[in-house]
Amino acid sequence: MARIDQIQPGDQLPALTDKPDNVQLFLYNAALWNAHRIHFDLPYAKDVEGYPGLVIAGPLMGDWLTQCVLQWLGQDGRLAGIEYSNRQAAYIGETLTTAGTVLEVDAAAGTARVEVAVTNEAGDVITPGTATVRFHETGRGHDPDRGGS
Amino acid sequence: MSGLLSKALLANIGKQAPPRTEVVTRRDIRKYAIATGQRDPSFLAGDRAPPLYHVALFWDVVPLEELTPDGVSIDKLLPKFPLERAMAGGLNIEYHRDIVPGDVLIANRTLTDIYEKQGRQGPLIFYEIIMEVSTEDGEKVLTEKTTRILR
Repeated sequence: MARIDQIQPGDQLPALTDKPDNVQLFLYNAALWNAHRIHFDLPYAKDVEGYPGLVIAGPLMGDWLTQCVLQWLGQDGRLAGIEYSNRQAAYIGETLTTAGTVLEVDAAAGTARVEVAVTNEAGDVITPGTATVRFHETGRGHDPDRGGS
Repeated sequence: MSGLLSKALLANIGKQAPPRTEVVTRRDIRKYAIATGQRDPSFLAGDRAPPLYHVALFWDVVPLEELTPDGVSIDKLLPKFPLERAMAGGLNIEYHRDIVPGDVLIANRTLTDIYEKQGRQGPLIFYEIIMEVSTEDGEKVLTEKTTRILR
């Protein structure tokens, strides 16, 4: 039975948790070449910008949304698109949970739409988004020629 | 509408940044994959790039003297807006194919919209930038729309 036939609206995507520390946040911003001081200069972030701590970079949370979708999807398809917004900031020391729910399945098109979001410990949805996945053709499984992400 | 957007400001809609070309290396993919805590071994090995890797690949690299005192590089595609404090932003990405080591990718960025809305605490300015990423041969890789809000 093809994977898409086993998926229904309301299905939950397994949750991921991330708790980035200073080292991870430093490496992330270094990989981007992002020198924004709110991510590494605590006195600046607090005293000048008025944040309670070092701010976790917005696109890092966007990345976790893609990871949540891809971990659920496995080798059965690829990410066709994603949209998200950074609604609220998160800070070093927080444990953040990324989870999702299947919104709709289009068996004829071989696609599904899922809702994904990063939530903080207080339960606030800080980075909501939706993603579209395209399943590989029935019975073909993973086809490297079609790309895998 | 409080009419924050002058005709001259709106005339910037449609402005394009010079195309940027970047080479994808396994080392850079691995750095990005490790820093983002990827779970998929093919990303951690650098065999292919995670879906948001292009954010790092096309982040502007500017000389130190062009960074502001808070460490931010000014996007030359943007005009000076009458509101300056950045609020939430979002991305909308459509993927066409994987990014792999050895790819030579070209990014074309266009300022596609500027508009104003009344927020609860005053006027807000929204702007949108579309980035088209393709290979040297013109094969589409991804399309990304960024929306940012200023207050």
